[in-house]
Amino acid sequence: MANKVYVETTLNGETVEFLCEPRQSLLEVLRDVLGFTGAKEGCLTGDCGACSVIIDGRVVCSCLVLGVEAQGKTIETVEGMARDGQLHPLQQKFLEHAALQCGICTPGFLVAAKALLDRNPNPTEHEVRYALAGNLCRCTGYDKIVRAVLDAAAVMRGGTHGVTGA
Amino acid sequence: MELQEHKFKVIGTRPIRHDGVDKVTGRAKYGADISLPGMLHAKVLRSPHAHARIKSIDVSAALALPGVKAVITGKDLPELPPGSQQMGELVVNPRYLSMNIMARDKVLYDGHAVAAVAATSPHIAEEALKLIKVEYEILPPVLDVRKAMQDDAPILLPELRTSGTPEKSDKPTNIASQVRFARGDLEAGFRAADVIVEREFTTSMVHQGYIEPHNAVAQYNADGHGTIWVSTQGPFSVRELCSHILQMPLGNIKVVPAEIGGGFGGKTTVYLEPLALLLAKKTGRPVKMVMSRAEVLRATGPTSGSYIRCKMGATKEGKITAAQVWMAYEAGAFPGSPVGAGCMTILAPYALENLQIDGFDVVLNKPKTCAYRAPGATNAAFAAETVIDELAEKLGIDPLEFRRRNGAKEGTAQPAGPQFRRIGYIETVEAIMNSEHYRSPLPHVPGKLVGRGVASGFWFNAGFQSTAIVSINSDGTANVVTGSPDIGGTRAACAMIAAEVLGLKAEEVNPVVTDTESIGHTDVTGGSRVTFATGYAVYEAAQDAVRQLKERAATIWKVKPEDVVYQDGVVSCVNNGHEPMTLKQLAGRLARAGGPVTGRAAVNPRGVGPGFATHVVDIAVDPETGKVDILRYTAAQDVGKAVHPSYVEGQIQGGVAQGIGWALNEEYYYDENGIMRNTGFLDYRIPTCLDLPMIETILVEVPNPGHPLGIRGVGEVPIVPPPAAIANALYRAIGVRMTELPMSPAKVAKAVLEKNKAPQ
Ligand code: FES
Ligand code: FES
Repeated sequence: MANKVYVETTLNGETVEFLCEPRQSLLEVLRDVLGFTGAKEGCLTGDCGACSVIIDGRVVCSCLVLGVEAQGKTIETVEGMARDGQLHPLQQKFLEHAALQCGICTPGFLVAAKALLDRNPNPTEHEVRYALAGNLCRCTGYDKIVRAVLDAAAVMRGGTHGVTGA
Repeated sequence: MELQEHKFKVIGTRPIRHDGVDKVTGRAKYGADISLPGMLHAKVLRSPHAHARIKSIDVSAALALPGVKAVITGKDLPELPPGSQQMGELVVNPRYLSMNIMARDKVLYDGHAVAAVAATSPHIAEEALKLIKVEYEILPPVLDVRKAMQDDAPILLPELRTSGTPEKSDKPTNIASQVRFARGDLEAGFRAADVIVEREFTTSMVHQGYIEPHNAVAQYNADGHGTIWVSTQGPFSVRELCSHILQMPLGNIKVVPAEIGGGFGGKTTVYLEPLALLLAKKTGRPVKMVMSRAEVLRATGPTSGSYIRCKMGATKEGKITAAQVWMAYEAGAFPGSPVGAGCMTILAPYALENLQIDGFDVVLNKPKTCAYRAPGATNAAFAAETVIDELAEKLGIDPLEFRRRNGAKEGTAQPAGPQFRRIGYIETVEAIMNSEHYRSPLPHVPGKLVGRGVASGFWFNAGFQSTAIVSINSDGTANVVTGSPDIGGTRAACAMIAAEVLGLKAEEVNPVVTDTESIGHTDVTGGSRVTFATGYAVYEAAQDAVRQLKERAATIWKVKPEDVVYQDGVVSCVNNGHEPMTLKQLAGRLARAGGPVTGRAAVNPRGVGPGFATHVVDIAVDPETGKVDILRYTAAQDVGKAVHPSYVEGQIQGGVAQGIGWALNEEYYYDENGIMRNTGFLDYRIPTCLDLPMIETILVEVPNPGHPLGIRGVGEVPIVPPPAAIANALYRAIGVRMTELPMSPAKVAKAVLEKNKAPQ
């Protein structure tokens, strides 16, 4: 059996150490080794985005990254979005806009949307759709997800709500 | 209390769903998130052939791999007697179900399970699969529904005989059953027609495409009791089906529903659950199983591909005089396509005197189909709504006006016979006629061909059994317990119904979905039934709680319970000077006034409220590539009473998106050997964010007379019209009637090319 590798990484702002097999994906490490089950497995082939995490500021499919590649990196997952008991504006807007039905895609969308707004605080509807095209949702038809992201962006810019609920 | 009489305070508002925070923070536990100490991981070996006899299976090398704890094959599952059984709301053939989850002497489709391995890690289990040696004798597959019906077709199930035929035959066949609905005089109807249109349609198998793969975690105890944690639409069905397949007493199995990452009908049966429980029994350790996406596509779900012939005639005045339909649906490897529902829904939006509908359920070498949102109705509507559109065009009548003239209303007989009660079909047609969308001109898109299409759809509403408990907390808040997995916001809807009855805010009610030992029998989350039927049970349970609260207040006041009134969360006495009490005040005194209050109800409601939808779509076609862009989409639907309008809109938008995928991209692609060639989300392409516009919704509220709150099923019908609406839009754009799903770019480009080549 493969020998395990020692890895040290920053996960949601905290230093984390773990041992993993070289063949284990970062998704598997997060879920099965570290117990962070917020990132979901939808395909393991990089096609659905349910496993999205942010590594050093970029959204990636954690199913396509090896656990050992996390060495020395900064990783953000959905578990790190709410701070001090306060939901991130994206999380709040997803709730207000009913942007989730089953919710399995939600962590991936939130992470991908956060990465978008971190670099583009004022995206157009098309830019939102483009940025989220790597995340599949089978329940919502995306309408309410796009509205929630646009609205969260408006709130984060300090303006009033950009888009209304209905 | 008759709630319809007064204005709703909670129903119709848009509170934040109760399970929302867990789901946006990553805390919610889906099936694959569950882990138990000492847990093993199991994987399934699947057939690489579409049709083959299993000559031998050698598992010795797999068993010898360090870390492997058990291997099972078809031999480890009990042999069950042939025949179907009624199980709750399902008619199930346990023998076929068992053969589907683990092949016996034959594999019947690419991906059919052959063996399963439990090991200390999923990677070791996967390595072990490669060490299992299976010797196959390859048999010719049959992959086309009409070929499968021919006399010389390869036979899948030697014992299968057609049911529903006028005379019994003892010939082996792939036609599992046939059904006919007929009334009136078909020939006279067609003679009376000024215009007749007849066309043939084919549709491909498509998958529900839930993002969460199937999963199961099972544990088996030495006392013969087992527990299964699973993402399922029907924990009670899982219990019942596992009990049959494993021949275990039903009461020895507990099923705990985890959060569920989409189902759309596809998670109403079992695949992994019995295998996980059997492996847990063999190893004495908990066992977890999670499918890969390829396994999900190859071996679960899909809904039927189909061949449909549809002929209709109408008079110059725009009245449909006759309709004849012949439809064959792919059941997959075992009987049970939704062709019956296809037959019952195909002409349901219309009042027809003369009709004949024949349906055939046909087995072939593809995965056993499972329910998919309005099963059978989308294929059917694609055919009928295209023919209707063509009739209207030939008669020079607006397609919506044509539908309005022929539309079903209260009292209209359905194709299957029963008359509709109050329904809102024509209202949906008029809602689209009057919509800003339909009244606006088609946009011009440079370099593209644009078109607008409309179509309608019908789907039932299931009743079935549901149980609910409403308990009052000592601070005057309440808990609602049900057994209906929440797949899209039904916890919130149930809490809102209880809040409405109790005069609480939605946030003051905690909705809980519990396991099969903690609530009475509750049928699957399916058939658009949860808000309708489980909501009905919650309504009744809340009324039961109110009745008890009035009794308690009567005890405190020493008056008769009839003299106590409960309104908007306040109890008061009609005939003397007792100070009214709020629910909070009363709840705090229950301990000394007879004890806690728990309302209960179990229902099997009959007053189902079927749903109708009418959609309009604008598209732009690239004549070079055949790619279709959806420019604008509006869906009107009779939703009865929208309890939480955001989640009703969400159901419509999600259903439309699935319908658009079905129309334009999605298909099971098999090579000539019956091997599925698009087993991932890259090639089985469901719509992304970038493929769709905002989806506008119009909620038409025609209350269901069979429900105390007017609720109808809303979840399924929105998938029904899109393929037909898009086909009708394509006709306007390119001048060709598209009769094959999906209307993929290649097919559209070819149609444009042939049209341009044809002499004008
Ligand atoms: S699980 Fe990683 S992209 Fe689907
Ligand atoms: S909410 Fe179910 S997949 Fe997006």
